[in-house]
Amino acid sequence: MGNSAQRTIDARALRAEFPILASPRHGGGEVHYLDSAATSQKPQRVLDAMDAYYRETNANVHRGVYEMAAEATERFEAGRDAVARLVNHPREATVFTKNATEAINLVAWAWGIRELGEGDEVLVTLMEHHSNTVPWQIVAGITGATVRFCPVTPGGELDMDAMREMIGPRTRMVAVVHVSNTLGTINPVEEIVAMAHEAGALTMVDATQSVPHMPVDAAAIGSDFLAFTGHKMCGPTGIGVLAAAPGRLEAMEPFLGGGEMISDVTTEGSSWNDIPWKFEAGTPPIAEAVGLGEAVAFLEEVGLENIRAHEKEVARQMLDALDEVPGLTLYGPRDVERRGASMSFSLDGVHPHDIGQFLDSKGVCVRAGHHCTKPLMRHMGVQSTARASAYLYTTDDDILALRDALIECREWFGAA
Amino acid sequence: MGGLDDLYQQLILDHYRNRRGRGRIEGASASVHEHNPVCGDECYLDILVVDGRIAEIRADGDGCSISQAAASMLTEVAEGKDLDEALDLVEHFRLMMHGEAEPDEDLLGDAIALEGVARYPVRVKCALLSWLALRDCIADYRETVATGG
Repeated sequence: MGNSAQRTIDARALRAEFPILASPRHGGGEVHYLDSAATSQKPQRVLDAMDAYYRETNANVHRGVYEMAAEATERFEAGRDAVARLVNHPREATVFTKNATEAINLVAWAWGIRELGEGDEVLVTLMEHHSNTVPWQIVAGITGATVRFCPVTPGGELDMDAMREMIGPRTRMVAVVHVSNTLGTINPVEEIVAMAHEAGALTMVDATQSVPHMPVDAAAIGSDFLAFTGHKMCGPTGIGVLAAAPGRLEAMEPFLGGGEMISDVTTEGSSWNDIPWKFEAGTPPIAEAVGLGEAVAFLEEVGLENIRAHEKEVARQMLDALDEVPGLTLYGPRDVERRGASMSFSLDGVHPHDIGQFLDSKGVCVRAGHHCTKPLMRHMGVQSTARASAYLYTTDDDILALRDALIECREWFGAA
Repeated sequence: MGGLDDLYQQLILDHYRNRRGRGRIEGASASVHEHNPVCGDECYLDILVVDGRIAEIRADGDGCSISQAAASMLTEVAEGKDLDEALDLVEHFRLMMHGEAEPDEDLLGDAIALEGVARYPVRVKCALLSWLALRDCIADYRETVATGG
């Protein structure tokens, strides 16, 4: 292990910027936070930006004529600018939602309900998060459309031959995850988008696990819709993003109705605001947008290329570390070029919940469960797995602590 | 490690490694299948009722050490009890898990070792899975008897 590998970022120095990681855990010792695929920690500057917004210029956005309201609007819309810039997408087609789940639901309801019908197919994959499966199932149930699942290979990658066969004239939407939260697999979304478009289908890319960890260029991917969430990229909870093709947004009817999303309201009916506000009914997550904007600035300063390079190295270390644990089965690809640093595994004779509990006693935070990917779990023939997931602040020590705790865990439960 | 020792007492690990009362009952008087949607743990519980008593009880399924040990302990302590006694037992265990009852060792048998689980809210459901399955199983049995099914 050691520090011989070339490091693009200094994870230990970055850790110091995250108050929760810098303070000792209960009972002393360092926190080894390996659950960033669930949510990332927040740097001080993001907390400060949100705090400053509330302290200095809290007011509702867009319609206030007084100075504080104008300032609030400016900071809120600057958050949108930052997010749009990060993924190389036009700001007017960058919609704030509650989270990635809501972004996908927005499309399922605003587009799917009106456009789908009997005989139409929505193609998802077996490695989708429930957020990119369940909304389509709900809408299919209403419209009579069918949801089909592209299979996953034993190596934990999408079966691209099957994908090619399954995309056909009935396919109206191809919804695919960019990086699997469970397996860590990086999917060839540009290729899939091109295939779907050739067949006349629209595309939804769930970029929740890619945008925080690597450069993501929405224009290069070319999907009709791309969704991600703020809290996994050093930002706050309560805010997500839908980056949509501008023409699509213009053509779509609203999802949620209410204040802010209208142009005019009469007793006879209503007309809609311009995009993106047409899709942002009610008071938006203002402080959250400010915090997310600051998170983007932070990520850009560290550099998304550098974060990706760091996580490749961490993934390599984690693979080596997990290999040293007797009785451990890893799910997902082993090639760090084709995966992120989120790894699911099982330990012979020890239930994932017990792994999670034992590791917690060593200050190692991992997730145990189905990771909101139950179809994938069934496909892999497991009820649940343990998952360790890294981020820009993950250090060598975190990985060593993981390895040592896993080895000890197996002995503790008498599985050795 | 004090907390961990408290949660995973030796008795619990022993029941986890050497499950008692595991399996199914052919021709059971009542059966239920319950699962914990949070973690996917599953429990099949069968009872054979003879003269108003649980003549035989078996639990099957998959889960963590807490859920499996709890099921093992349940089968040991519930077998031979009449149905009302069994329901009282389940209720006492449920209250203990929510920190609302002083545990009665005579009543609970080995299951007293699960007392420490009450301090881990996430794991309380694991411990309760099979015990609440017995409550449902008895209710199903009585329903069937009442409707002459």
